[in-house]
Amino acid sequence: MAEPVGFFTDSSICIGCKACEVACKEWNQLPGNAPSWGDGFDNTKQLDGENWRHVKFIDQVPDAPALEGNGAAWLMMSDVCKHCQNAACMEVCPTDAIIRTEFDTVYIQPSVCNGCRDCISACPYGVIGMSAQNGDAQIGVAKKCTLCYDRLQANMTPACAKVCPTQSIQFGTLSDLHAKADARLAALQAQGQNTAQLYGRDASVYGGLNSFFLLMDKPERYGFPNAQNAVLPRRNNVKSYVAAFLAAAIGVFAGVKALGAPADGETSAGEK
Amino acid sequence: MTEHFAQPPHWEWYIALYFYLAGIAGGSYVLATILRWRGGAGDERLARVGFLAAFPLVVVCGILLTIDLGQPMRFWHMLIDTTPGSAGINFKYWSPISLGSWALLLFSLFSFVSFLFAWKQNRDGIDARPQSGGIKVWNILGSLTGLFLASYTGVVLSVSNQPVWSDSWVIGALFVASGLSAAAAAMAWLGRSRAGASGEARLGVADGYFALLELVALVVFFVTLSMAGTLSTTLRGVYWVLWILVVLSLIPPLMNLAGGRARMSGGAAAVERSSVLVPIIVLVGVLLMRIAVIFSAQY
Repeated sequence: MAEPVGFFTDSSICIGCKACEVACKEWNQLPGNAPSWGDGFDNTKQLDGENWRHVKFIDQVPDAPALEGNGAAWLMMSDVCKHCQNAACMEVCPTDAIIRTEFDTVYIQPSVCNGCRDCISACPYGVIGMSAQNGDAQIGVAKKCTLCYDRLQANMTPACAKVCPTQSIQFGTLSDLHAKADARLAALQAQGQNTAQLYGRDASVYGGLNSFFLLMDKPERYGFPNAQNAVLPRRNNVKSYVAAFLAAAIGVFAGVKALGAPADGETSAGEK
Repeated sequence: MTEHFAQPPHWEWYIALYFYLAGIAGGSYVLATILRWRGGAGDERLARVGFLAAFPLVVVCGILLTIDLGQPMRFWHMLIDTTPGSAGINFKYWSPISLGSWALLLFSLFSFVSFLFAWKQNRDGIDARPQSGGIKVWNILGSLTGLFLASYTGVVLSVSNQPVWSDSWVIGALFVASGLSAAAAAMAWLGRSRAGASGEARLGVADGYFALLELVALVVFFVTLSMAGTLSTTLRGVYWVLWILVVLSLIPPLMNLAGGRARMSGGAAAVERSSVLVPIIVLVGVLLMRIAVIFSAQY
């Protein structure tokens, strides 16, 4: 197995240019989005089966005029599959279509997936969606960022990281990326950016994320569960089965009590 | 307060109907087994109604589950791993969908054989219940699988990261209780010409017990959602109306519980033949409950 690789996305230097979105779509031959004009610059809206990179624009513009130095009006961040170490999607997938590659990334095999969508209900980041491209041989299967698996096999950098003009998206081995992230966080904190924090750098969130982030606010602002809420679907397995077993046992007992042979003197079934 | 950022899987009508019919199929088999082996000698005819209903229902279940897939022709991937280089059996005991796929297959087998046997007995005009121990074991194993089929559908929902679903661990219990209730109602309705006075009254009492169990599970469901802060999610929009209808649909079988017990001791003359309406109310209520649980978490 090759050394684990991933992304380090530094949201403090994202300028919201969306080059990553375009490069991802071009390389992976994903269809373009229909024009969508809403309240803000975010017309991609969400990650799904055909948007594997999504630049989030989180509007924090204050009602009062901004003062000099108050530059936190917008949070921008290029979101992507987190390639979790403890991946909820892999956990529930009944077909074993979701695998961990030799690069330690999480990959959905399009020829194995049958489109049951259990992975969508499990992914805590809302990353996975269904392919709906007309004429696509892979229609009806779950899709998400592959971390450019084909490019990795050719020893190439993933498309989004390759084009990012500010190096907000960095690709590399996890050990290198961790070192870079630690240094960047220390520099920001030295500048007084006390809300800056790393998300997914350590094992507190899903055992660690191969695609981890430097955030300028708390994770919930970016649509990420905090460590307390970063839970796996299996947390409910035992409790749910025990409750169902108890209900079934009580139900059978009640059924036997109600449907058991009538006592003497009562009318037998079949009599009219 | 639990925070969720998951996207909905868009499990819609096919899945709602599958969850509904799986509960009735599994429940019918269980009740038929109880009637055959613990009921009176005359209950065999009513038991066969359950066995004859379970298999066609589970066939419909399989069809619904298959056509809901994005790639229906790959339904068998649930059971067989086709990953290049690691092909083999797919059995993930920690994944309720994986377990449920095997349960569906097994229950289809159990219910098919029981269906054929019941059909043959009816065709040959045999009214007596079978005496074979092998058939008894078959029915018990089929019932265990049927109970799993009726309940795992709820566990699938809980074992996720969706709001509402993952906030409660009681949905499996809720589904098995309501599945048994709907099965009793379906058998009372389908077998009204075969049940006889006592059989009909006892199915009514059984349905009352199941409705009581469902009510308890429903209360726990709402309490767990309240603790997670997602009660308002399941009650929003039109769904609060559905939930009220679900609760109202529990009243007739609960009233039957008291009334039915009285009728059982009062004999055949006391049985009201106009009770066709109650099974229909129960069947509609159970369907509405499935719809409210499934859709309110997604839309």
